[in-house]
Amino acid sequence: MKLVMAIIKPFKLDDVREALSSLGIAGMTVSEVKGFGRQKGQTEIYRGAEYSTNMVPKIKIEVVCDDDLAPRVVEAAQAAANSGAIGDGKIFVLDVEQAVRIRTGETGETAL
Amino acid sequence: MSFSKKLCGVMGAVGLSLLAAAPALAAPIKAPDATAMAAMVNKGDVAWMLVSAALVLMMSVPGLALFYGGLVRTKNMLSILMQVFMIVSVAGLVWCCWGYSIAFTSGGENHFFGGLSKAFLMGVDGTTYGATFSNNVYLPEFVFVVFQMTFAMITPALIVGAFAERVKFSSLIVFVVLWLTFIYFPMAHMVWYWAGPDFLVDAPTDYGLLWGWGALDFAGGTVVHINAGIAGLVGAIMIGKRVGFPKEPMPPHSLTMTMIGASLLWVGWFGFNAGSNLEANAVTGVAFINTMVATCAAAVSWSLVEQVHHGKASLLGAVTGAVAGLVAITPAAGFAAPMTSIALGFIVSPICYIFVAFVKGKVGYDDSLDVFGVHCIGGIVGAIGTGIVAAPSLGGQGVFDYTVFPAAFHPEAYSIAGQVWIQIKAVVFTLLFSGIGSAILYFIIDKTMGLRPSKEAEMEGLDLSSHGERAYNY
Repeated sequence: MKLVMAIIKPFKLDDVREALSSLGIAGMTVSEVKGFGRQKGQTEIYRGAEYSTNMVPKIKIEVVCDDDLAPRVVEAAQAAANSGAIGDGKIFVLDVEQAVRIRTGETGETAL
Repeated sequence: MSFSKKLCGVMGAVGLSLLAAAPALAAPIKAPDATAMAAMVNKGDVAWMLVSAALVLMMSVPGLALFYGGLVRTKNMLSILMQVFMIVSVAGLVWCCWGYSIAFTSGGENHFFGGLSKAFLMGVDGTTYGATFSNNVYLPEFVFVVFQMTFAMITPALIVGAFAERVKFSSLIVFVVLWLTFIYFPMAHMVWYWAGPDFLVDAPTDYGLLWGWGALDFAGGTVVHINAGIAGLVGAIMIGKRVGFPKEPMPPHSLTMTMIGASLLWVGWFGFNAGSNLEANAVTGVAFINTMVATCAAAVSWSLVEQVHHGKASLLGAVTGAVAGLVAITPAAGFAAPMTSIALGFIVSPICYIFVAFVKGKVGYDDSLDVFGVHCIGGIVGAIGTGIVAAPSLGGQGVFDYTVFPAAFHPEAYSIAGQVWIQIKAVVFTLLFSGIGSAILYFIIDKTMGLRPSKEAEMEGLDLSSHGERAYNY
């Protein structure tokens, strides 16, 4: 099993969710995160006091799938989240050792 | 020229009708007794003044509390709300116990503060009356007491913005009691106490110091805004900068709250300014419209300054401008005309902007929520500007001559230069009196109770460390 972790622009969330659902992905975890990469933050000005915020808000999606599906998940997420601009985000793929469905106790790929 | 003459005519007529509005008695009664006063109470005035008192309370809670609260970081939101709420409550008690008496009883030949004859509201009951600005028009004294109480509530609450996020709660409350007693009540006495239009003729020296100078302060430019503003600056300097200031970003946590607060301040300010006429008449209407339009002008002008300076007009800028405009029109509210009020509003924002955006950074004090930059500076602009916009030649109301009975109106006797000089003297006096007096009080409390929480408590946030709760649980 693989964990596909995608950091994307917030307004791309729906596109990515649809793209992954069409691949048969049955669930995902989404978090609001902040960070920076090549895209720098913005300058905010409050009564003349300038604050440069170097953290940019992003959405982190985590999906666990079987090994065969992982390349297609990555491909679909990359295509859906791509706007061609700096700050589109990153996708990471990690190995997953075990999965457990809490309600039934099922383990492995059947738990996904 | 013809325009201003026309305005002058209108205002002159207002002035005359004000005098003519005395009850339909054959001749005005000099020094009426309580029985006569009872017949000189107007139900419209009473209703308006009670509504005004409630409006001014709304300025403090929730208006000022939300305006300030939105500007601090999440971890200090409740501390601001609590400080304002508790100051309002404590001030109401102090006002009844000795504040009203010190502020609004005669000090005899002492023009700095009144006596204690009405301490604990002794002798004030449903059959006593307070004077207004018109001959033979009276308010039930309780109405006057509660209206003025709301001013004593909001003024110390204004101060907390200057040292927000870094003050010890218990020390702050003790400071407020002392500050009200030794600074605010005497200031209110010096600026607003006088024998009243039906009594001054027989007691020509029975007034507060600045009133006697002829200083004009319709609703509290000196007493409230300069007074609180300079006390705030002194406090911000003596308590010191917030941990991390100015390196760490400290952006406002909710400008939505700040906008709601500023808007409540605007609405409540009609009670503050128009209510300060103590009657519901034409001058009340003048103060009302002046308050409205000066605020519009100042909000627009702050936004214009930001648009030019940064290329973006911010909401915080717009509401800050509105508050600066409200502050500036406060001393002038019943004296100016709408168009001169607009001019005052346009001028005040750029001046406050300079202090908030440049002077503060250059000098390096941490006036967290710009109490000095907006309230003190705006108050100074308004107080001095009052000397100009009150001129009958500019459509202003001028000043009444209360040394004759009934009071007389002599528009030709008004001197702009002379009045501006008196206003400047009043401003300088307030800055020195409140600045030095507040410094002494801060010093005493710092040496005894300590003004500042521990560094750890400050970094954790005052909500948890002082009050044991957080503003937002989600």
